[in-house]
Formats: sequence, C-alpha cells, structure tokens
Amino acid sequence: MTDTTTTPQAHTPLRRGRFAEFWYYFSQNRGAVIGLVVFSSIVFIAVFAPLIAPHSPSVQNRDAFLVPPFWQEGGSTTYLLGTDAVGRDMLSRLMYGSQFSLFIGLFVVVLSVSSGVLIGLLAGYFRGWVDTVIMRIMDVILAFPSLLLALVLVAILGPGLLNAMIAIALILQPHFVRLTRASVLTERDREYVIASRVAGARPVRLMFLTILPNCLAPLIVQATLSFSTAILDAAALGFLGMGAQPPTPEWGSMLAEAREFILRAWWVVTLPGLAILITVLAINLMGDGLRDALDPKLKKS
Amino acid sequence: MKKLNSLLATTALAAMLASTAQAKTLVYCSEGSPEGFDPALYTSGTTFDASSKNVYNRLVEFNIGTTETKPGLAESYEVSEDGLEYTFKLRPGVKFHTTDFFTPSRDLNADDVIFSFERQLNEDNSFNKYVEGASWEYFNGMSMPDLLKGIEKVDDMTVKFVLNRPEAPFIANMAMDFASIVSKEYADKLEADGKASDLNQKPVGTGPFQFVAYQPDAVIRFKAHPDYWAGKEKIDDLVFAITTDASVRQQKLMAGECHVAPYPNPADLDALRANDDLQLMEQEGLNVGYLAYNALVAPFDNAKVRKALNMAINKQAILDAVFQGSGQAAKNPIPPTMWSYNKAVEDDAYDPEAAKAMLAEEGVTDLSMKVWAMPVQRPYNPNARRMAEVIQEDFSKVGVNVEIVSYEWGEYLDKSKAKDRDGAVLLGWTGDNGDPDNFLAVLLGCDGVGGSNRAQWCNDEFEALIQKAKVVSDKAERTALYEEAQVVFKREAPWATIAHSVVFMPMSKKVSGYVMDPLGGHWFTGVDIAE
Amino acid sequence: MLRFFLTRVGLLIPTFIGVSIVAFAFIRLLPGDPIMLLAGERGVDPARYAELQASLGFDKPLPIQYINYLKDILTGDFGTSIVTKRPVLDEFMTLFPATIELALCAIILATLVGIPAGVLAAVKRGTWLDQSVMGTALVGYSMPIFWWGLLLIILFSGILQWTPVSGRISLIYFFPPVTGFMLIDSLLSGQSGAFRSALSHLILPTIVLATIPLAVIARQTRSAMLEVLGEDYVRTARAKGLPPRRVIGLHALRNALIPVITTIGLQVGVLLAGAILTETIFSWPGIGKWMVDSVFKRDYSVVQGGLLLIAGVIMIVNLVVDLLYGLINPRIRH
Repeated sequence: MTDTTTTPQAHTPLRRGRFAEFWYYFSQNRGAVIGLVVFSSIVFIAVFAPLIAPHSPSVQNRDAFLVPPFWQEGGSTTYLLGTDAVGRDMLSRLMYGSQFSLFIGLFVVVLSVSSGVLIGLLAGYFRGWVDTVIMRIMDVILAFPSLLLALVLVAILGPGLLNAMIAIALILQPHFVRLTRASVLTERDREYVIASRVAGARPVRLMFLTILPNCLAPLIVQATLSFSTAILDAAALGFLGMGAQPPTPEWGSMLAEAREFILRAWWVVTLPGLAILITVLAINLMGDGLRDALDPKLKKS
Repeated sequence: MKKLNSLLATTALAAMLASTAQAKTLVYCSEGSPEGFDPALYTSGTTFDASSKNVYNRLVEFNIGTTETKPGLAESYEVSEDGLEYTFKLRPGVKFHTTDFFTPSRDLNADDVIFSFERQLNEDNSFNKYVEGASWEYFNGMSMPDLLKGIEKVDDMTVKFVLNRPEAPFIANMAMDFASIVSKEYADKLEADGKASDLNQKPVGTGPFQFVAYQPDAVIRFKAHPDYWAGKEKIDDLVFAITTDASVRQQKLMAGECHVAPYPNPADLDALRANDDLQLMEQEGLNVGYLAYNALVAPFDNAKVRKALNMAINKQAILDAVFQGSGQAAKNPIPPTMWSYNKAVEDDAYDPEAAKAMLAEEGVTDLSMKVWAMPVQRPYNPNARRMAEVIQEDFSKVGVNVEIVSYEWGEYLDKSKAKDRDGAVLLGWTGDNGDPDNFLAVLLGCDGVGGSNRAQWCNDEFEALIQKAKVVSDKAERTALYEEAQVVFKREAPWATIAHSVVFMPMSKKVSGYVMDPLGGHWFTGVDIAE
Repeated sequence: MLRFFLTRVGLLIPTFIGVSIVAFAFIRLLPGDPIMLLAGERGVDPARYAELQASLGFDKPLPIQYINYLKDILTGDFGTSIVTKRPVLDEFMTLFPATIELALCAIILATLVGIPAGVLAAVKRGTWLDQSVMGTALVGYSMPIFWWGLLLIILFSGILQWTPVSGRISLIYFFPPVTGFMLIDSLLSGQSGAFRSALSHLILPTIVLATIPLAVIARQTRSAMLEVLGEDYVRTARAKGLPPRRVIGLHALRNALIPVITTIGLQVGVLLAGAILTETIFSWPGIGKWMVDSVFKRDYSVVQGGLLLIAGVIMIVNLVVDLLYGLINPRIRH
C-alpha cells in the first residue's frame, strides 16, 4: 500500500478544462444524473410553491379532516394527497415543506462551511498553540453524539427552526475544520505556496487565494454530505419537538404532529417521511457523483 | 414467523400456568415512570398511581368515583367544638405487607401515623432529608406546617392532630397522597441497615397491592396483599407496563398486551369505540381551564368589560377545535363533579353583537390586548396555542385586537403572577383534594393576588363567603356559602371560564369493576379480570 | 507502542476536561427551572424556592460550583436526579445495558450483512448486483430512521402483528436482572419462551438502528475491497492462478478489513445518536430515551451527568479502536 499511484497532477490543468473533465465524469455516473434531476425538480417545486401548490399550506378546512388521498375510497381530487388532522392539504404542505428543507440545508452548509473553513485555515496555517486549542475544542464537540448535542443546544437556545439550524451547523462544523486543516497542512509546504510566500504574499492572501482553492474538492464533497445530514438532523429535531414548531410545514415536525394518527391515517405519517427520504437520497446520489468526479484517485481505478 | 409467534405464545402461556396456578394478572399500560415510591416527596399523578393509590392507605380515604371521604385506616374521628383538635381512632388488626425485603412484626399503630407526618413536619426527624433534595412538596403546598401545631399519641391506637386555626378542608387533606401512612418499623430497619433511601425505592404499606419489583422505565410489578384489611383483591398480580407514547399504548391495548391504558389520543377515540374487544369509560375531570383577565389593569378592572369579552368567546368552537370532543363548556370556576357546584348559574351567552355594544357603552374602543398561551399540554387545555388563536379570531369580531404571547413553561408560571402583568392569561387548575376551597380560595382568594390568583382579583363579598366556608365544619352550610360565591364570581367575571376536560379510559372488555376517579388517580381496588 | 498508548491517553485528558466544562456550562445555560416545572400551577413560595436552589448548590459562585462538581466526579458522584432523587450513575448503570444490548445487536447485524454485501458488490463491480446493493445501501444511508421505525411498526406490529409493539420482553416473564442484557438474562432465567420473547422484541429496534451503520459498512467495504483488488500482490496472486475465492477471502478481504474495522468502531457515536431516536420510537428503556426525557423535564443533573458519561463512553471506545488500529497497522504510530 504505497502511495506511488498518486501524483500531484491536480493543479496543472486550466480551469475550463477542469470543469469539462468534471462534467464528463459526473455525467458518466447514472445515479448522479438521476440525483441531479430529482434535486432540480425539488428546487423547482420549492421556488414555485406559491404558484403550483393547489391550496394554502396553513388554511384549515373545517369540513375536510383527514381526507385520504384521491385514489383511496373517500378521497377527492380536491386534495390529491389528502388532508391532515385539521384539514390542511397535504400536497401543498409537502410542497411548501421543500422550501424549508432546502433552506435548512443551505443555511447549515453555508454557516458550517464558512466558519469551519476559516477556523481550519487558522489552525493549519499558524500551527502551534492556536492549532492545539482549536483541535481540542473540535475533539470536545465530536466527543458527544451529534444529535444529543444538537438536542441540548436547542433546549438551551429555545425550540425553533433557526436555533435548530444553528445547533446543527455547530455539530457539523468540526468536520470542515479537520478537513481544511489537513489539506492546509499538506499544501502549505508545497512548492507553489513557498514560492508565493517568498514573493511576499501576506498570510491572508496566501490562505484564501493560494491554499484554499486547492483544498476545494474534498470540501465540496463534504459540503454535499452535510447538506443531506442537515436535512435529516433538522427533521429528527422536529420529530422530537425541538425543531420547527407547528404549524410550520417542515417535514420533520409534520411527522411529529402526525404520529398520533399512525394507525388511522397512513398518509399523514408516510408522505412527509417519503419526501425527506427522496430529497436526501437525491442529494447523496449527487454527492457520490461529485466525489467520484473530483477524486482523481478513484477515477483511475 | 407467525407460526413461531403462536408457538411462542402457547409455550409462554403454559409456563405461566404451570408456575402460578391460574394467577389473574392485570396489565396496566401506565403513561410514565414513577419518580419514586414515597408519595409524599412528589406531586405527579403517575407517581401516586404506583405508590399511594395502590400500595398505601390513609387515615381517611376518598370514596372512589366521588370527592367525598370515608373512613380508611382510622375507623372514626372526632372534631373538637372549636375545630382545632381532630382525634383519629385507628382500625385494629391492619397488616403491613410481608415482602422478601421486609417482614413486619406488628400491626399498624399510632407510631406509624405519627412517623408518617413527623418526617414531613419536623426537620430534626432522621427521615426529613433521607434522599438528596428531598422536599415535601404537597405537605408544604397545602400549608400543613403552618396549620399543624402538633401531633399527639393519645394511646397505641389513637392519634390527635392539633391545629393552629380551624380548617374545614383538613379531613380532605388527610385523604391526599402525601398523607399516606408508611411503616415506622420498616423505616427504622432501613435506617439501621444504612439503606434509608430504600423507603423511596421499595415501598411497604398497608394497601391492597404490595410492591414486588421495579425495572426503571420498563415495568413495575405488584401482587395482591393477602392480608389486606378490607379483604384480598380479586386479581393476583398487577403489572404496570410503562409506555410513554399514547399511540403505542393504544396499539398494545388492541394487541392484548395490556388490559387498561389511560390517556388515549382524542383522535383515536372513534377507533376505540368501534373495537369490539374494548370498552371506553369516560368522566369529567376535576379541573378547569380559564382565561384570567388582570383585574388590576384598566380597562379590565371594569367587570362589564370582562363580561363583554366573555360574551365574545365562542366556547363551542373551542371545544370542537381544541378538545375534539374531550371537553365540556365551563360556567363555574369549579368542575361539575365537585360538591357545591352551582347548577343554577347561567353561563354568558355567545353574542358578539351584544358584546360589542357593551364595550362601546363602557367607552372601550380600539382595544388591543395580549393573550398568554401556555407552551405545554395540560389536562384542562390540550393545546393552548390553538385555543388562543380561536379567541383571537373571536375577539377580532368585536373589534378587539389580540396579540398572542408565550414563554417557556416555568417562566410562564412565574411571569403570569405579576400584578402588573400585561394581558389575559390562559391557565387552569386540577383539584388536589376535591374540596371547593382548593379551587376558590387558592385561585380567587385575596391572598393569592400576585401569586396563584392570576386574575389579581380581590372582591370583598366573595372573600367573605369563602373565608367563612373555610372555618365552618357543617357541610350543608359550606355548600350554601360556596354556591353563593359562584354567583358573585359569575357576576364579576374575573375569568372567562372555558372548559372542563373529559377524561377517557379505554380498557379490555374482560376488565370489570374499574371505577374512574374524578381526582385523576388510577385505582385497582375491586377490579376483576375474566379469563 | 507504550509511547503511542500514552500520547493517545494524554490527548484524552484535555478533551475530557473540555467535555466536563461543556456539560457543566450547558445546564447552567438551560432556560427554565426544574423547581418551577415540578411545582406547576401550584407554585412554590419564595423562601422555599431559595432553600431548594441552595440544596442544588446553585447559590455558590460558578468556579466553586465547577470545582465541587469535578471533585464529585472524581469520587464517582455524578449528582442526583432532580426528578427521581436517585443518583445519576445508578440510573445510568441500570439503563445502559439496554442500550448496549440494542447497539451490539445492531452492529453485529450491520457487520454480518454489510461486509458480505460490500465484498459481493466489489467483486461483481459494475453489474446489476453491484448497482442494486449499492443503491439499497444509499437508500439506507439516506433514511430518516425515526420514520423508518414508524413504518416498520405500522407494517409488522400493526398490520401483520408479527412483532410486539414495544418493550424488551413479554410481561408474563419475570426474573431479576442479572447482567442487564435481556437476551442473556432470559436464558439464565430458565423460563421457556423467555429468550424467544426477548428476541422478538429486539428485532425491529435492531433493524432500525442497524440501517445506517449497515449502509456505511457496505459502502466502505466495497471501496476498500476495490482498492485492495487493484493492488499488485492481489494481481500477482490472481496471476499465479489461485482460485478467486481464495484470493478474495484470504488476501484481499484481510487487508480491506483494516479500514472497515475502524469504520465499525467509529460507528459508536452514530449508534448512540441513533439510539436516541430508536429508543424513543420503541419505548426502549435505554439511555437515549432517558436523555431525551430528561431534557424535556429540565432534569439538570441527569442532562449534565448523562452528557459526561456518554461522552466518556464514546471517548473510551474511540481510544480502544485507535489502539487496536495501531496494533494492526504499525505504520500509523508515527
């Protein structure tokens, strides 16, 4: 198991060429393309929910409690996927729910990547006690089961979607710190970095413009994975009653609200979970494709 | 798999039959773990069900199904002329439980009674702080330290309680869970063995069932007390299967994994009614949910304004949307199952037009107010947020603009006490001892202003009536006084009385003899199960 | 090796202090007050309130509280539950075996299914078999397990009535806990049918908890196998004409297993996080459910002690995995 197969060739090709190459590998992966298509349609639904949703997600229809989906006896085409316990249209709530899930994913990833990368750069570039302190703090965060830590954090901050997102960003952020730091450690002694340092580049410039772009590939892959983890964790917190609060049509809290109808109305329990699964699966499929396309080592095997 | 399961069931059944020659076992799917087994340390019904209700007795007992009391471990009692001395004559021949961890050498006597109260009253008693953080919540909450001057042993079988002031509800207090009688002999033995905290882990009482074992968060096992003074129970084994989730409880009930399962989801009631193997009992809960105005802040200091707002609330809409059939409209501050409930009082009719006119008459226009909604589910209010939303809608129809606010539960309870509180607060109360004093004096008495009287309402006429009722020991006279107090309450309208909950109790049709307790306890005395 | 061991253990100390500070700080930041929560509508008078605060030690300055707290921990005192008044360590010890039993069963299931699935996918690389195995693994990896658990309950307990709804064993069996592991205790009890009952209660929670680790292990095994199968010595072995089964079994798998074992070890944290959801759904009396309940009851001492104990367990397991890995693979010692 020697490292002879890997050669540092990733930096040489031009940017445009790299994208074309990336797209070539990505489009070779059938799963990734399916993931991309599904994900794009979820984005489409989220963006245009107000236009395409047949009903308002919050209007309670007093004479249509727990109507089953249209294909089942008692269902009607007015409510294609049925209604929930207070007569809200399931389909519309699911559509609006996609807005929340994507927003959660995006917010958490942006927050955890930006803070994680920054901290990781600092640790990797300065080394010494800065590095030690930062890495020990990350160890502490990683010593707790992630969901438990998020749960207690949300209990402290108060239940709610924003606080849940902050908590999840915090538990995901050490992964980015570690990743960035590791990349910086391998890159900082490379010739091109030494060259620009000798040329008089200041540390900030060196970190952001020289080193960072070269650590991007693993970060992108990790960010994609975090996107799906964030959606799952937020839904789990919602399920435990600590995430988005009703009547927000967030999928996890919809599930939590629906739990009491588990035997009576399968659709209120099944559909939000299915929505979560499909979204997360699409993102993970894309993530696999991204990893294969960005990782030169796997490309060859 | 199916085959395996039926095989499994038959072998299990065979094993059971062989080991315990046709023991009758009743499984109760309880809603949570008990906090401990010394009822005086706690306040939750879940803990009482596993301890005081079934393992212990008290000097006087509630007649199950009512809020009236009857003799318990005391065969009789006498009250002195001045109402300051209560002398209890103990029942002879009452046996404590014989278990594998304790064998009693004597029957119940005055020492046990005195010890049971002394440990709560006297800080020098070695059991006053026998578990870390021990606090006698109910004993203190019912003001017993102020009330009790002393407890005397007259002879082995006679105990005298001396009070600092006459207090008619005292007898009802003696039937409460904190007044359960524990064994002094057992406590002494535990202390000698250095295992004092076992008093809270392995209870020994005189009650119908005796403790066998507890697996935390999973199962509590009891068996019938063979020498129970009122006769051995019909069921042999009583098992509490701790099942916190309501839908899981219902599934277990339907699958026959338990026979009795409390607190069903309102959404499941129809399915439970439709099931041929199950019966569904129901009873009005001993509670009230209310909206308390702040009578110290204008314009809510004006009874007419409060009355007008009461008329603007559509209670039927609340019952439909919030209680989903598990509640009934409230007109009095005490629930209908309580003695002295005044049936003659007329509720404010829902009439937004009249309410609007009345507000205009009082010069109240463009009113904006806050309505506080609790963050938690309570028996008297399953969804305060939703209730507040309905009220918001109703008030907007009479031109009153409502903003809904909420706080974390502990904070909510605390902040809502403030005399200068901004807004009306949704809250409620569940009865402790079935005495009207426990509602009217605690929630509406002048002493409670700035505390448990969330309406901050102090009315001389009302106060005089309830104070008099507190010291009179004749029940008929007390009833008349409380009935009059309810009339004053309705006229002055410090609250909008919203609803009393209806409690449902689904159980297998094999179960007979179960009686629902308006005080919310779960008793298995007199219960039988058909094979 | 000793040096390696000492550095690893040495690294744990600052982390553990950090963990204790976090647990300590958290519960002082938690809003809401257990005393008020317990008192409910009834309320508590101010003098009594102060007394109760003092009995919890909350009236002293923070650094002193922290020092006292550390002292207590070192003497094995993790505090007393505010709700049940029982020592936190006692509660942890009675509930922990239930969680270990579930987690062990889950990890065994995940390993027994995950490794062969991964090997199969790697060997049959690119075929429909590979694609369906990896597709299933990705679905498992993307599964919201709280929903998955509910679905299984609806299907197997509700509609088919094959498995019990919740709990650890049928209530007709009763025996004192010896080891705390229901499977072992039920065998020791000698009561016929008890073991089967315990097993049937374990099936659904195990499947739910194993889902994500299984997917991770299968994916990891596949990529580790692919990597090893491309190595020179495997190619040589193949060229020498060794039967493929022998090549895969003896040479490739043995080397591919090293990273897989690490992955399995690192699933402990994942399992405990998953246990929180699984135990909640199946009313499984373990520490995951205990922690969730305590957070909701604002039982500070349990949240504090529980966080610390759970983090301690994870740190120790990770250390053991690390050391084992160091033993198997001497290169990483430096």
